Amino acid sequence: MSNLKKDSLFAGSVKDAAAGGLVALALFGMMIGMQADVATGLGGQLGINYRWGAVAIAVVIVFAGRLLLNLFVWKSDKPVTRTVGSLLPKASSFSGLGRFATPVFLVLAVVLPFLLTYFLGTRGSRQYLDLAILVTTYVMLGWGLNIVVGLAGLLDLGYVAFYAVGAYSYALLAQYFGFSFWVCLPLAGILAAFWGIILGFPVLRLRGDYLAIVTLAFGEIIRVVLLNWYDFTGGPDGLSNIPRPSFFGLDFERGEGNFADFFGLEYNSIHRIIFLYYVILAMALVTNLVTMRLRKLPIGRAWEALREDEIACRSLGINTTNTKLTAFALGAMFGGFAGSFFATRQGFISPESFTFMESAVILAIVVLGGLGSQIGVVIAAVVMIGGFEFFRGLEEYRMLVFGLLMVVIMVWRPRGLISVRTPSISLSGKAKGISADLVQEGHG
Amino acid sequence: MDYFLQQLINGVTLGSIYGLIAIGYTMVYGIIGMINFAHGDIFMVGSFIALILIVAFGITSSLPIVLLILALIGVLIVSMALTSVWGWTVERIAYRPLRGSFRLAPLITAIGASIALQNFVQISQGARNKPLQPLIPGGFTLTEGGADGSGFIVQLSYSQILIIVVTTVLMIGFTMLINKTSLGRAQRACEQDRKMASLLGINVDRTISLTFVMGAALASVAGLMFLLYYGVIDFYIGFLAGVKAFTAAVLGGIGSLPGAMLGGLLIGLIETFWSGYFSVEYKDVAAFSILAIVLIFMPEGLLGKPEVEKV
Amino acid sequence: MSNWDNNPVLAIEHLTMRFGGLVAVGDLSFNVGRGDITALIGPNGAGKTTVFNCATGFYKPTEGRIVMNRANGEHYLLERMPDFQISAKAKVARTFQNIRLFGGMTLLENLMVAQHNPLMLASNFTIGGVFGLSGFKSAERKAVDKARYWLDKTGLLDRADGPAADLPYGDQRRLEIARAMCSGPELLCLDEPAAGLNPKESAELNTLLNAIRDEHATSILLIEHDMSVVMEISDHVVVLDYGEKISDGTPEQVKNDPKVIAAYLGVPDDEVDDVEEEVGL
Repeated sequence: MSNLKKDSLFAGSVKDAAAGGLVALALFGMMIGMQADVATGLGGQLGINYRWGAVAIAVVIVFAGRLLLNLFVWKSDKPVTRTVGSLLPKASSFSGLGRFATPVFLVLAVVLPFLLTYFLGTRGSRQYLDLAILVTTYVMLGWGLNIVVGLAGLLDLGYVAFYAVGAYSYALLAQYFGFSFWVCLPLAGILAAFWGIILGFPVLRLRGDYLAIVTLAFGEIIRVVLLNWYDFTGGPDGLSNIPRPSFFGLDFERGEGNFADFFGLEYNSIHRIIFLYYVILAMALVTNLVTMRLRKLPIGRAWEALREDEIACRSLGINTTNTKLTAFALGAMFGGFAGSFFATRQGFISPESFTFMESAVILAIVVLGGLGSQIGVVIAAVVMIGGFEFFRGLEEYRMLVFGLLMVVIMVWRPRGLISVRTPSISLSGKAKGISADLVQEGHG
Repeated sequence: MDYFLQQLINGVTLGSIYGLIAIGYTMVYGIIGMINFAHGDIFMVGSFIALILIVAFGITSSLPIVLLILALIGVLIVSMALTSVWGWTVERIAYRPLRGSFRLAPLITAIGASIALQNFVQISQGARNKPLQPLIPGGFTLTEGGADGSGFIVQLSYSQILIIVVTTVLMIGFTMLINKTSLGRAQRACEQDRKMASLLGINVDRTISLTFVMGAALASVAGLMFLLYYGVIDFYIGFLAGVKAFTAAVLGGIGSLPGAMLGGLLIGLIETFWSGYFSVEYKDVAAFSILAIVLIFMPEGLLGKPEVEKV
Repeated sequence: MSNWDNNPVLAIEHLTMRFGGLVAVGDLSFNVGRGDITALIGPNGAGKTTVFNCATGFYKPTEGRIVMNRANGEHYLLERMPDFQISAKAKVARTFQNIRLFGGMTLLENLMVAQHNPLMLASNFTIGGVFGLSGFKSAERKAVDKARYWLDKTGLLDRADGPAADLPYGDQRRLEIARAMCSGPELLCLDEPAAGLNPKESAELNTLLNAIRDEHATSILLIEHDMSVVMEISDHVVVLDYGEKISDGTPEQVKNDPKVIAAYLGVPDDEVDDVEEEVGL
């Protein structure tokens, strides 16, 4: 009897896997097996490179993968995932992870440059410091966008526009007026917030996906304008020679009166990198502190209430237009800060850095981390951006893996990694986290 | 006037292509209420499949005309079939597991699928532009320019005629399919109320899958048309064409098939006239601005049903 | 003269609301007396919720005037005000037929959101709040006390820190009333507060509504189908049918009005003539 069952299980699995293999053959047969490319010797005409071996590998992988999954997971009485799952931390324990991870991440972030330089030397640590700066920039952007998407529930697919406004504000102010980074930083934030209000105002009536697509359109409009307004923005050539930030007036250059000289250190280019790292870390932490503080203020609660039910908000006397605009403006402001940091770190900016892909990546970090969760953003940024950079060796495949990873993580945990909402106020002093299944995602 | 006529012809051609893609957006949005972000990339895959077939079988303009037409029909059928598999797979992997869950999740997987598709094609087919010799050269010259070089030569190329004719035929057939068959009825039922439809014995998952398949098939037609018209494609054409086609779907009234076609035509015309009379650089700004304006002032579109807010 | 004509807190005058060709409410006038519990009743589709939506700013009436007379002597024309100001300035609060709570927020948070405007002022529009000025701290404490009072009043205190979406149905109804009360209204509009409640909960609701009227100087306008609730607690009943007022008076008067009986119960065919004669048709 059980033998019969086993046979039918095996036969069924093979059949299913064969179907999967067939689909894979249809998908990949031409797209992988036949590459249309400009062949040499054909005078610029297209020729076909045949690569049947690669197709065979792809089909076999799909067939074998499905067969194994069928046998041991999907159709099996005792799925392996259950056994493995009991060894792995439970999904629900991620919420505990959030609380535990916060101080660890914080301490690690503060001592990171010293750890790196100590263990890897100044030369070896440079690339990791650069990566840390990059990750922290995305953490800050994620936190900024979290105000808009996570708290207020407004789906913004054009966040990169404010990043661009911040970057270009600093670059242009520095170029035309010679302002320093520290003067421009607040100006860039204010300008970005201003743009947030301008772009936010007309779209506030829209809901959900429509809001997303209009913000995407605005983001693209800003990019196309930056690309084509050659006289002002340098068009596709971008702006270069953007001044570097100073440490209370001390530059990070070789020579007298500069940072290294002042503190009696030997000049090393790593100083600037470390300094930049602390600048972005401080900026990100300020973003976080402000957001955490706002959540406990009436405005923050109004944002979350707006996400839960806009009509009920209006019936309680909340001016939803203003409430949405403040969320848009604040999110944009932090985006602007991050943008001017980006400009000063790179020393060069061009519209290419502000494509829709950036918005998608930032949104993905927020959603994958768990909407509204601050620590979730950190984890998602470390995993997505950090992990992403480690694939540098496989340059071409990174974005492919990135896209697939977005799909897989979302299917695995649609509510993101940290899917618990912490109440903003407690009567008893021991309020528990609220499961994300109860939390609305916003409609506008 | 002549210049205007030429722009009109070009606009209608471009609009037909947008319209074909827009149908995929509008149907999917109608039935499951999500923006299938990867649809533009399905269109791109479709045009690549057509390109590979054309190159592999050595289809060129030197073939006799009858043979050429037959060959193109063959290419169309094969690429529709293969692109449908892509559409089906994306739905199966990235959207179906998330049915009924959190609304943002399928949007993120859609963006992920879009990124993955683009980069898959970039890797498998190479990042360079793929130029194709014109397959259907020639056309009618509607007005001759003056002998002294004054006046404007208006041309209606054979490929433009082909695009407009194929689109019209497909549109008619497709509308009949939706209005007259039980599949179309099932689709409309799922649009209204998915749970009720499934209680009445409609296989909702299958209906949704078929919607994606049909959308992908039409997108692959658009892909072939794009290839014939422009003669060059790359892995990135899906994003812009996708956004514009989505604009078309919204402009026409999302969920409405004739609306998608009408919207496609309008977007094609607006883009062409904008490039013709104002500036080519800002043609995308024109399309995006229209998208924003329509959504803000007329979110139900031209032929769509207004959404009533229930208190 | 009755209280509602002498001292109306809300006066609806010639209210008409059309949706396309459909007349949902036609030339409706009635008053809501200060300190009264007024019930708006009528068969399904009679236009009761439409009246509510007009009075609370969610619909703009096609014609007519809705006047709110506040206790401090101020008058507001509600049909001209944006919805959020009706709650903030005219002090009219409402609940919804299909409960609209902030499900992912705790009960306490729900009640804090209801006190948004005074708290916003106390936090100097967030600026003072960010720096933790003491004015905001004490205002917040007061707000929490008020929330605690209403949670206690509605018997929800022990669940204050749990999410609102977890509450059973009857508790959700009461929480919505508590939330509306936290916004400090002078007129409370309840859309079918007893719908889906069991008899015990229904009786508790009556006690709660009486307490709101007597202890908090808040007048109540409610839509209700449950006649036991209506007859037991209302001081004044207005009956709508097909968007028009067919009766208006004390519960006793309304109960015996043949028009009301005809509209509610229908009449057997052989009695139609008698009834119509009686009604004056």
